[in-house]
Amino acid sequence: MTTLLISSRKGAFVLDGGGARASWSLSEPMFLGHIANHMVLDPRDRTTLLLGARTGHLGPTLFRSTDLGRTWNEAARPPAFAAGDRLGRALNAVFWLTPGHASQPGVWYAGGSPQGLFRTDDGGDTWEPVDGWNDHKMWEEWAEWPEENTPDGSMLHSIIVDPRDASHMYLGLSAGGVFETTDGGADWHPLNQGSLALFAPVPDPEYGHDPHCVRLHPLRPDRLYQQNHCGIYRMERPEGRWVRVGDNMPRDVGDIGFPIELHPRDPDTAWVFPMDGTDVWPRTSVDGRPAAYVTRDAGETWTRLDRGLPERAWFTVKRQAMTVDDGDPVGVYFGTTSGEIWASTDEGASWKCVAQHLPEIYSVECA
Amino acid sequence: MNVRIPDPLRSYTNQQKAVEAAGATVDAVLLDLDARYPGIRFRMVDEQGRLRKHMKVFVNEESVRDLDTRLQPGDELTIMQALSGG
Repeated sequence: MTTLLISSRKGAFVLDGGGARASWSLSEPMFLGHIANHMVLDPRDRTTLLLGARTGHLGPTLFRSTDLGRTWNEAARPPAFAAGDRLGRALNAVFWLTPGHASQPGVWYAGGSPQGLFRTDDGGDTWEPVDGWNDHKMWEEWAEWPEENTPDGSMLHSIIVDPRDASHMYLGLSAGGVFETTDGGADWHPLNQGSLALFAPVPDPEYGHDPHCVRLHPLRPDRLYQQNHCGIYRMERPEGRWVRVGDNMPRDVGDIGFPIELHPRDPDTAWVFPMDGTDVWPRTSVDGRPAAYVTRDAGETWTRLDRGLPERAWFTVKRQAMTVDDGDPVGVYFGTTSGEIWASTDEGASWKCVAQHLPEIYSVECA
Repeated sequence: MNVRIPDPLRSYTNQQKAVEAAGATVDAVLLDLDARYPGIRFRMVDEQGRLRKHMKVFVNEESVRDLDTRLQPGDELTIMQALSGG
């Protein structure tokens, strides 16, 4: 059974594909008019949903459901920086949500804009700042601070918990780079060697990169993939050097994009959705010809997947707006800024539009 | 004290357009409002105690941004948000 959790600029939706993934049923909107950034199911209880939201005028908050979205309550203490924060930081948005380690039920992490990290121990009802990150002596160097007010703000995203070790985590800053902790978040260090920051005064700084989406393969946790502002990368730990596997993409398509998604059972398989990163960065599909690309050999070769997609279209697929299910074959899904959900039940070989006329889609997650 | 609530915050006040709250300053009234309707204050005031950018508070007919503004008996508070967006 595949259910998609859709977050959009105007609220959240649930799209149910049933067991066969052949017929799709869209819910009524939830939190209509709210800016919904990320809605995620807790894989540990398969019941709790968290949703990070705000409106154009009201401050950020977080809603929780413990009955798969039938009823919702607002968090008693949503993510926020500490009162009296040394930099006077105030959270503008809860941008990213990650459930904690399997051994820590109730623990979740939230990434924000500005680029703060927050943790709950009670399933999302009360949140605390992660001081080891937010008050790290290098935070003002690593993060974009003061905020540069990019259109959607600076973001902390791609919070990853190592399935072998709850104290080993990664996160991504857009912009700022990839960072790692091995002590549960008390201390952090940059992990950007090998990736490029072509917009920086030097192309290979220690930090200051722009990872768009970072993924770790759960069955091979020493392997990371990254879709970056400057290419597609793979890293094998413990070595810790990014290798630009996007150099193997067709030259006329390039390797710029937002999302990267991994096959749940095959660490060598990943999907991306390239976009136009030339000139003023339209971020639409290259030449207006939408296509996903898949690698089956960890980035050595890539195959174009566009059967069923529009011949010409000008949408963007954002970093949280692509996902996979655990079906066999794997279902691959993406949502567009033009409010469409596209589904493939044959691992990307063919695509079908399963929802349209939705608001601008920010994230799509499998439940 | 009567506090007028804008549409986007009425989910906190059971859809009431105006509610009662008490306090000697604007901040005290908003804290009392939050005690009666949990969560409402953080949507208007950030964690550093600053009125959010697009929110406005009027004491009677005067817009105030200093939450320490003292209130007199009979004052009325009106909470507004900027009328913009799309």
